[in-house]
Amino acid sequence: MAIEGLQRILAAHPLFSNLSPAFLDMLAGCAKNTRFAADSYLFHEGDDADQFYLVRDGHVALEISAPGHGRMVFQTVGGGGVIGLSWLVPPYRWRFDAHAKEDTRAIAFDATCLRGKCDTDPALGYAVMKQILPALVDRLHDTRVQMLDLYDART
Amino acid sequence: MHAPDPHTDPMVPVIARVTGRTRELSDVVTFEMEVEGWPGFAPGQFNMLSVFGVGEIPISISGPVSDTTRIIHTIRDVGPVSHALAALSPGAVLGLRGPYGAPWPVQAARGRDVVVIAGGLGLAPVRPILYELMENRDAYGKVTLLYGARSPAEILFEKELGDWRSRLDMGVEVTVDRATNAWHGHVGVVTALLRGADFTPANTTAFVCGPEIMMRFGADGLTDLGVAATDIHLSMERNMQCGIGLCGHCQLGPVFVCKDGPVFDWATMKPLMRIKEL
Ligand SMILES: Cc1cc2nc3c(=O)[nH]c(=O)nc-3n(C[C@H](O)[C@H](O)[C@H](O)COP(=O)(O)OP(=O)(O)OC[C@H]3O[C@@H](n4cnc5c(N)ncnc54)[C@H](O)[C@@H]3O)c2cc1C
Ligand code: FES
Repeated sequence: MAIEGLQRILAAHPLFSNLSPAFLDMLAGCAKNTRFAADSYLFHEGDDADQFYLVRDGHVALEISAPGHGRMVFQTVGGGGVIGLSWLVPPYRWRFDAHAKEDTRAIAFDATCLRGKCDTDPALGYAVMKQILPALVDRLHDTRVQMLDLYDART
Repeated sequence: MHAPDPHTDPMVPVIARVTGRTRELSDVVTFEMEVEGWPGFAPGQFNMLSVFGVGEIPISISGPVSDTTRIIHTIRDVGPVSHALAALSPGAVLGLRGPYGAPWPVQAARGRDVVVIAGGLGLAPVRPILYELMENRDAYGKVTLLYGARSPAEILFEKELGDWRSRLDMGVEVTVDRATNAWHGHVGVVTALLRGADFTPANTTAFVCGPEIMMRFGADGLTDLGVAATDIHLSMERNMQCGIGLCGHCQLGPVFVCKDGPVFDWATMKPLMRIKEL
């Protein structure tokens, strides 16, 4: 797809909707449209985190295998969500599996390309981090609330 | 000396008879009961239910307002009184005082979008709202129900949730805190579902019921999206004894939960819920 089309899609996604057209243009150079069929995997635990995904529509379960429990889902991500933060920090390796439960459309970012652009242009890097940090904080907060086990009659 | 009269003395229970019992979850039972002269109720109100010789506790009414003969309660077995109640069978009698408390202002939401957020057993006290919305669907704008449970096995009213989900005139999303990968729904906190919900914040009335922390985060999430604090309503729980504003047991700062609530708006509750141990 033309960069211009991708830029429009990026601007429509909640993660990057606040970025200037110039930054979106730079990001679009590292992005491509992608699709995952229902029941396929975006990546597996231990794989290199060389991409991350903005989900446009669909439904992806983030899973961890636990002995005796099978695959446990700890979070699901739908349209407007982000999958993967491991591309930001060494050793750039996934710590869970991402399982498309339905046909899913996403924008895939080449993490090496994006890290390179952010390193070369700190203004872009800062702008990207300012968008990613709130998503990270939301995720952390949601995880803490999940851990409180609020619906247990004993809590 | 006259015997106390339940029709004139609010502390004296009337006799209710259990007419139906449905097991919902391993520790949750729904009862149908009948009381002579039952005056009807408004969504959000509760009854004080007593098992003779054990004790008395407040339980919300979870059935439809339009059902004027059966009184429906959904009870989770957490301690002595709820355990004794949950063990009752059809034909058993119990004591009932009520209905008490300030209701959910559902009628005032006519013409507006309605968002209902419930967690765990909190779906029971909001179920009368959902019945009202569905019985008078054209009177309301967009209707959204967001429900969170601990796991797929602990989803309350699962069959009804499925029926509501299949309707084209309301949005129903269910999420759980944990699941195996056989579950195809959402996993995550119920407030995260707000991010994808379709409503117009300035014209929305929200009803939130569940564990207090969930209600706090739900109300904060709604406020962040632009819903006015006076349009967000929560149902509070405190230990109760009289249920009618006499004993002070349920006092929460300047309010009595039994008489001034249990339903309060977020503008009233927010400052009180910020005070720890209140
Ligand atoms: C207005 C109002 C409406 C209510 N509606 C319902 C209802 O529809 N269905 C229902 O099952 N309960 C409802 N409750 C809660 C119910 O009244 C309490 O659970 C009650 O204290 C149980 O009494 P008990 O003697 O069985 O247990 P208790 O001895 O009071 O408690 C036993 C254990 O359970 C814990 N516990 C008490 N209450 C709760 C609670 N609400 N949630 C989780 N853990 C708790 C206590 O901390 C304690 O550890 C309502 C409460 C209020 C104030
Ligand atoms: S329970 Fe007695 S005042 Fe509320």
